[in-house]
Order: sequence, then structure tokens, then C-alpha cells
Amino acid sequence: MTDDIARAAGHTDPPPRMGFFTDTSVCIGCKACEVACKEWNAIPEDGLELTGMSYDNTQGLGASTWRHVAFVEQRTPPPGAAHGGAPDDVDVFDAARNLTGSPGGGEVRWLMASDVCKHCTHAACLDVCPTGSLFRTEFGSVVVQEDICNGCGYCVSACPYGVIERRPEDGRAWKCTLCYDRLGVGMEPACAKSCPTESIQFGPLEELRERAAGRLAQLHAAGAGDARLYGEDPRDGVGGDGAFFLLLDEPEVYGLPPDPVVTTRDLPGMWRHAAAAAVSLAALAVAGFAGRPR
Amino acid sequence: MSGGFRDGARDAGRRRRRGRGEQAVVPDAEFASYYGRPVLKRPEWKPLDVAGYLFLGGLAGASSLLAAGADVTARPALARTAKLGAAGAIALSLAALVHDLGRPARFLLMLRVFKPTSPMSMGSWLLAGYAPLTMAAAAAEVSGRYRTAGAAATAGAAALGPAVATYTAVLISDTAVPSWHEGYREMPYVFAGSGATAAAGLALAAVEPAQTGPARRTAVLGAVLELGALRLMRRNMGQAAEAYEEDRPRAWLRAAEVLTAGGAALAAGGAALAAGAAGRGRVLTALAGTALLAGSAALRLGVFHAGVVSAEDPRYTVVPQRDRLTARSRTGEP
Repeated sequence: MTDDIARAAGHTDPPPRMGFFTDTSVCIGCKACEVACKEWNAIPEDGLELTGMSYDNTQGLGASTWRHVAFVEQRTPPPGAAHGGAPDDVDVFDAARNLTGSPGGGEVRWLMASDVCKHCTHAACLDVCPTGSLFRTEFGSVVVQEDICNGCGYCVSACPYGVIERRPEDGRAWKCTLCYDRLGVGMEPACAKSCPTESIQFGPLEELRERAAGRLAQLHAAGAGDARLYGEDPRDGVGGDGAFFLLLDEPEVYGLPPDPVVTTRDLPGMWRHAAAAAVSLAALAVAGFAGRPR
Repeated sequence: MSGGFRDGARDAGRRRRRGRGEQAVVPDAEFASYYGRPVLKRPEWKPLDVAGYLFLGGLAGASSLLAAGADVTARPALARTAKLGAAGAIALSLAALVHDLGRPARFLLMLRVFKPTSPMSMGSWLLAGYAPLTMAAAAAEVSGRYRTAGAAATAGAAALGPAVATYTAVLISDTAVPSWHEGYREMPYVFAGSGATAAAGLALAAVEPAQTGPARRTAVLGAVLELGALRLMRRNMGQAAEAYEEDRPRAWLRAAEVLTAGGAALAAGGAALAAGAAGRGRVLTALAGTALLAGSAALRLGVFHAGVVSAEDPRYTVVPQRDRLTARSRTGEP
């Protein structure tokens, strides 16, 4: 049903909807996806800065970053203890002693996850684009036509995931294309191709959902009770994502919104309120003139 | 689970938000984030361009109503100012819109498609119809010729004016920016009132008091609508209302409230004075008009900056969504 979006967008006889399943439980944070994406799509340099916050110096998705590997270093609190302090408060030697010493002590773990445009079923960026530059491809992905974008920036504020962005030196909006050019000739996207652990899996969405359900059951059986799928449910606020994830903690820990909703879901209500307000304004002016003659 | 960042992000949020010993509307909620980084992208619109666009659209739309009313009730000086004001304001607002584009040379691509799901597309078409009407009305007024065509253009502009003044609320509400989106029910009324006070303000500032009776009443009614709807909006939008309490938006909104309420009161009181001492009444109404114009502009800047604040701080994105999930899991929904 939700996979019929290509047909709804006017494509006759489209191929199956394609997407990503990113299984973060096997991501090793190598950033091969980031590099492959930049190389293939000839994306300009996006700032060479050291954040000091973690091994993640890429920081987030943006106009010139279409794959981003998040790196979360966290300490699970010992059972019954309060949360640990801010990162600054951590004494690494104490932490190390706790690791080996106390049997009930917290554990350090690293979460790595390669983030990407979600290619939403109900895509706010596409809905609000006034020029028709953003469009739905026959594969069900959402792509910017760079020769049409006039840089109005509406898609940037509309995206509930903070993915799409305007490139300052260029003025236009850019984001992941699901390697539209590669798909056209039957190749998989560069990031999936380069992923050494098959954390990034590419394929027909239907098939990926089955694979993800199997993997989730496997992880739950192995005792990883925190494993959960994110963005795979067609009943969520964006109608399900074309790129969905298996996460090991709450989405917000990875910088993802826990319950995103496509803003245009409320658009009919917005127009109704605006129409009523317009009538009120006209009535107000009439009232202004209806008074005394002066 | 994620000890350190959860607390660190919360503390940073608290430090930023408090400052002058005020009470939080909602108690602090503990929330997780990715090193305190925003989930959303900051709106890329330039404050002056876009707040200016919102302000000028309201000024133009409501001025077209005053122009038509002034024509019907034979107030030539009011009609002239309102027509010129509408045409000038909409021309400036279009300039602001084009200036804000990443590729200004491509502004005509706004009319490449007709797209009801995009308020910016609908607004572009609306302005494509409205702006020429205001220009025609102003040109007929200035030249004194083509009176029938001028009257038709004035009527047409008045018919579209209210939509021009309120559609901008949909424009900013139809985003993922929490403090804009969550106000979508009341924002059009805030903008309608703000447009009315701006147009009335221009008339009061530029027209002799003998013809500004309708403008004075419009100023008072507009101020009541604007400030009442703003209060209602902030009460109903949940946690997103807190962004309106942060330093920059709060300063602009405080200024807007003082200028708009003060301007409206002065406009109402000025009427009584004008009856007695004509000279002093003129100065007072001009002062009232200037305050109303400034108040409307300040309101748009306040709303704009509140949105930016809410997009920059992950708590405005994460906490309400997390609460929604918790509530849903309690009721057993998917």
C-alpha cells in the first residue's frame, strides 16, 4: 500500500520500492559509507574540524554530508544507581577500576550508526517544495533536481529529521539521492556497496522489512532486549521510512526524532484556520467602517 | 541507559533557558540527545527578509481592505495612503522574498507548478494575482485616470488582501519547527490582527485625523485580536510555548505587546483629543500609528526567533515526541 507511492506519483509500472535497512548492531564505525558517498556523488568538503565530543567529527547530515556515522560512547549505570554525571565529570581511571572491580558496576559501550535521508513515504520536503524540484522517483525515493531548485529553503524547515540543507556557496538544497544514477543501471548505492559488515543493506523495501524482523527476533533471543526497529512501521507519522534502522537504544540517543510527523498532515486544518482568520480580518475592517461617520 | 549525555544535555538546556528567575511553564523533563546537538536544521531564512516578508504581507493585505472601505465611504486621503501603502508594501515584500532565495535569479520557478501541498507555491500564485491589482489600484489613484479599472482593481485587491495577510501563518506553521507548527490553529488570527494594526498604523501615521476614524477602530479591534490570539496560542501549544520565553523572542514580543497595546490605546484616546485641539491630536495619532507599525514588525520578529530557538534546541523536538510515545504506549495504541 505505502509502497505504491511511485505509482501515486505518476510512474506507470514502477519497479518495487527500494530502500535501506541499516542494522546498527553490526556497524563498526569505519565511515567507508561516508567516504564512498562523497566520492561517488562528488560532494564538496564539508568542514575539517575536530569536535572533541567523540570520534565523530562529521557531526551530522547536511548539504554536503549524505551519510553520517554517529558515534555514541555511553556508560550504563550500575543497577540501582543514579545516572552518571556529565561527560566532564568522568574520571577515566575510576571508570576503568569500576569496569574490572565491582561486580555490579556500569558498563561502557559504543553505539555506531550510519544515518541517511529517510526517503519518507509522506515526505514533507517534497510536499512543501514550491518549484517541483523535489520529486518522487520510480524507485520510491525522494530526489532534488538541482537545475530547478531556487534555494527557497522551505524543505530545510519542513524535514522532521533535519536532513536536507542549503549549501551556502551554492544556494541550493542537497541531500541523499539513494544514488539515483546507480539505481538506473541496476547498481546498488555506493554506501551499501562499500559497507564491509553489511550494516547497510539495500534492496526492495518489502524484502528488507522481512529481513529486519528476522534480525530483530534473533537479537532479542540473544538477550539484546534493547534492540528495536526505527522507521519501518508504515503506520508511523511519516508513513514509514524508505530507509529504516535497527537501533540498540532510544532514537534520540542517535540524534533521531523519537516520533516524527510529516508537517503537511495538519495542512488541511491550517488552511481552514487561515480561511477563518481571513474572514475575521475582513469582518474586522467592515466593523471599522460601520461605526460613526468620522 | 545513556547516562552522560542525557544529563549533560539537560543541564545545558536549563542553563540556556533560565536567566531572569522565571518559572518554567512545564517542569524540566529529562531527555536524551546526541551530544546536545539539534535534531532539526535551523531555518535558513534570514530574519529580516522573512520577518519583514510576514510584516509587509500583513500591512499590504489589510491596507487593501482599508483602501476599498475608504473608497466606498468617500475618504479620499485614507484611500490614497492605503492604496499606495499596499502597493509599496507588497513590492518590498516580494523583494525580500527574492533576496532570501539561494538562487534569486530563479525566482520565477516559483510559478513552475501549482501545488496545493506547498503553502509557498500557493502564496506565490496568490501574490502573482494580488500584487498587480495593488499596483493597478495605486497607479489609477496617482494618475487620476482609468477610474473604473482602478475601482475594480481596488475591489479585487480587497478580496485577496485577507488571504495575503493570513496565508503567511500557514507558510511558517507548515514546517517541522516546533514553535511554529504547534501554533497553527491560532497563528492565522495573530497574523490577521497584526496585519490590521499595521495597516491602521500606516493610515494613522500618514492621514489627517478627520478621515482616520475607521483606522482607529481597526487598530483597536486588530490589537485585541492579535494580542488575544497570541496569548491563546502560547497557552495551547504545550512545551513549544517555552521558546517564546527565551531571551530574544521574549524581548521582541514584549516590545510588540507594549507598542501594539500602547498604539491602540493612543489611537482610541487620540480621537477625543483631536476633537478639541486639532494640532496635538495630529501628533498623537501619528505617534500611535508609528507605534502600531513598529509593534506589528516586532511581533513577526518575535515569532520568527521563537521558531529558530525551538529548532536549535533538541529538547523542543525530543520531549514532546517522547511524551506522545509514552502516552500512546499507556493507552495501548501502536
